[in-house]
Amino acid sequence: MSLSKFKFDKRIALSFWIILIALIIAAPTLLPVFRLNLLGRYLSLSIVALGVDLIWGYTGLLSLGQGIFFALGGYCAAMYLQITSSSEFPNNIPEFFALYGVEKLPFFWEPFKSPIFTFFAIWIIPALIAGLIGFLVFRNRIKGVYFSILTQASLLVFFNFFNGQQKLINGTNGLKTDVTQLFGQMVGSESMQRIFFWITAILVIAAWFFAKWVVRGRFGNILIGIRDDEPRVRFTGYNPVIFKTIVFSIAGGLAGISGALYTVQSGIVSPQFMTVPFSIEMVIWVAVGGRGTLLGAILGAVFINYAKSLVSEALPASWMFIQGGLFILVVTALPEGVLGWIQGDGPRNLLQRFGLKRKIETYPSLEVNNKEGNNE
Amino acid sequence: MELLLDSLFNGVAIGSVLLVAALGLAIVFGLMGVINLAHGELMMLGAYTTYVTQLIFKLPLLKPFYNSYIIVSIFLAFIVSGVVGILLEKTIIRKLYGSPLETLLATWGVSLILQQFVRSVPLAYGTGLVISLIIGLFLPATFPPKIKESINFKYFKFSSWILAAITGVVSGSVISATVSKLSRASARNVDVTAPSWMRGQVEILGTAFPKTRLMIIVITLISVIAITLFLNQSAWGMRIRAVTQNRQMSDCLGISTEKVDIITFGIGSGLAGVAGVAVSLLGSVGPNVGGNYIVGCFMVVVLGGVGNLLGTVLASFGIGIMTDLIGAGRLLSIWPDMPLSLSNTINFFATTSMARVMIFALIVIFLQFKPTGLFPQKGRMVEN
Repeated sequence: MSLSKFKFDKRIALSFWIILIALIIAAPTLLPVFRLNLLGRYLSLSIVALGVDLIWGYTGLLSLGQGIFFALGGYCAAMYLQITSSSEFPNNIPEFFALYGVEKLPFFWEPFKSPIFTFFAIWIIPALIAGLIGFLVFRNRIKGVYFSILTQASLLVFFNFFNGQQKLINGTNGLKTDVTQLFGQMVGSESMQRIFFWITAILVIAAWFFAKWVVRGRFGNILIGIRDDEPRVRFTGYNPVIFKTIVFSIAGGLAGISGALYTVQSGIVSPQFMTVPFSIEMVIWVAVGGRGTLLGAILGAVFINYAKSLVSEALPASWMFIQGGLFILVVTALPEGVLGWIQGDGPRNLLQRFGLKRKIETYPSLEVNNKEGNNE
Repeated sequence: MELLLDSLFNGVAIGSVLLVAALGLAIVFGLMGVINLAHGELMMLGAYTTYVTQLIFKLPLLKPFYNSYIIVSIFLAFIVSGVVGILLEKTIIRKLYGSPLETLLATWGVSLILQQFVRSVPLAYGTGLVISLIIGLFLPATFPPKIKESINFKYFKFSSWILAAITGVVSGSVISATVSKLSRASARNVDVTAPSWMRGQVEILGTAFPKTRLMIIVITLISVIAITLFLNQSAWGMRIRAVTQNRQMSDCLGISTEKVDIITFGIGSGLAGVAGVAVSLLGSVGPNVGGNYIVGCFMVVVLGGVGNLLGTVLASFGIGIMTDLIGAGRLLSIWPDMPLSLSNTINFFATTSMARVMIFALIVIFLQFKPTGLFPQKGRMVEN
């Protein structure tokens, strides 16, 4: 890495931090509650994007099923809120149970009466399930597109299950949180939403540092090794299954936290969080931001969702076209994403094209990507 | 016996829809290692082609032949989806060769665009666009070799694209002027009505079978036989098999892998169109119709293994029969006095959505023993 590039990186990082902290402090006073709430939601989505970046950008596992873990986290949080604020309903259980003639809280919801249990369940349950799914798949050396398809299929399975079980989880209607109480305050109220925004902002930064810690050092090197040449990692004596399972469950845990934060800010969790398009969207946030950059995942999630809400307000029909085009464009023209392009040779190449910078002589063969050779 | 026959028939009917839908996907996946997430949308195009053909056959000129529209639409659907597939291969997928995950994402983008396209563009103009695509892509291929080899070929190509564009605009406006149902864009679902000879039921061995289901089975049977013959008997089929087995070696031996890719992708997409015709007979046609089948197709490909049609056939019928057995709770009626706990479990899974849950669990268990599907390709590579 040349000196100038190092400085460049550092300047980006510093300006990012200044902007970020200024935004977090200023946002609740500057923005109207509606926009603040949207921003908070998008920030919570950026946590799941961080997880996607860990498994896809660093380890090369394209999961199309992160919605499972996202929704599980959301359901854990929503059920806790529903149970704690159900004292005035019959049998002291959430209102919807009465609609289906359920009189006793299903046994697996019992522990969710405790806030401490819920606090851990939000990220441990998705992480465990992700670990289980991951282990069963990775153990058989299923990878590449097969892995993507299987995660998508399991997403659909979870969707079908949650959609069909009215008596256990209110089926397709989902669980509402905005009229529930937390610490004696309405979750949907303005002051609570402001607190949630700050919690989300802090957690995004914490998750970012955590992800940075994960990819640093030998663990991160092995992840990148698995992405670039898994058989070689295996022949060197490492067991890729363990590393892949760990990183997949970390991503699942992050998705769970993200889902819980998103749920309390959007006011509802429903099987819609487990639809196929939503989970693929998560991938495109990372792809646009820049995979393998972590920061790109956060920025991608926030900006694309913000663009989505703006475009959908103005021209509802055109968002699908734009999104579809974005998928194609980012994959064909900008494979390393916006941030990856800036950090890489993008700006220099652009300047060279206009003759503003001297070309660097190098052996082109070193830069040719010999993908085809590795693939067969 | 009657019950068993009924169950078997239902299973085969579900399986044959899956099979015709998954056939194209399996061939393309076997050849290029690419999963085409727009496959469902190519099916949707086939279904819409059936709808448009039906409306056009209601015009006074074609009214006498109305009953045969379904046969015509099978061919048209093959061509329409095939052409869109070829365009897709030429513009996007070829650029992404060697990176299957990126292809997955790009084809998802294509599927979003196609979905929104049928929502916001009137079907008449969509038809015009497809017609111009067909002419533009195929007209240059029909020129005599003398023109093809001349240095001015690109001008001929260019002028044929202009001709294609004009034809497309003209035919689009003619259709939109004559068939009012096609002249406005709508996101609503449309219905394909089967011709009179396909309505009703047939009695076989004392059980009544709906004719549309039988028709789907026939369509599937014909597609499977045709594709098997093509792959095993024709020269291009042999080339496709060669490239599927070893791309680099085939390339070295003078097979144009580029052409093989285009042909295979076109045929795979065309089969999706044929599947779309079958799907349009089962229910209403909407922009999301492909999404209902696509994950089932993926499961067939995963279960059947790569590069073997027999695996695809067995996997789709297996999944079809299992879906029927579990989803309709048939075990309960075959064996009425089973223990209560078992019958409760079976009842719990006896809905369409819960049957999917169960089948997926079974597939994951199966993959624990045979991770590369029913008929894995043999090789000594580190990968695969």
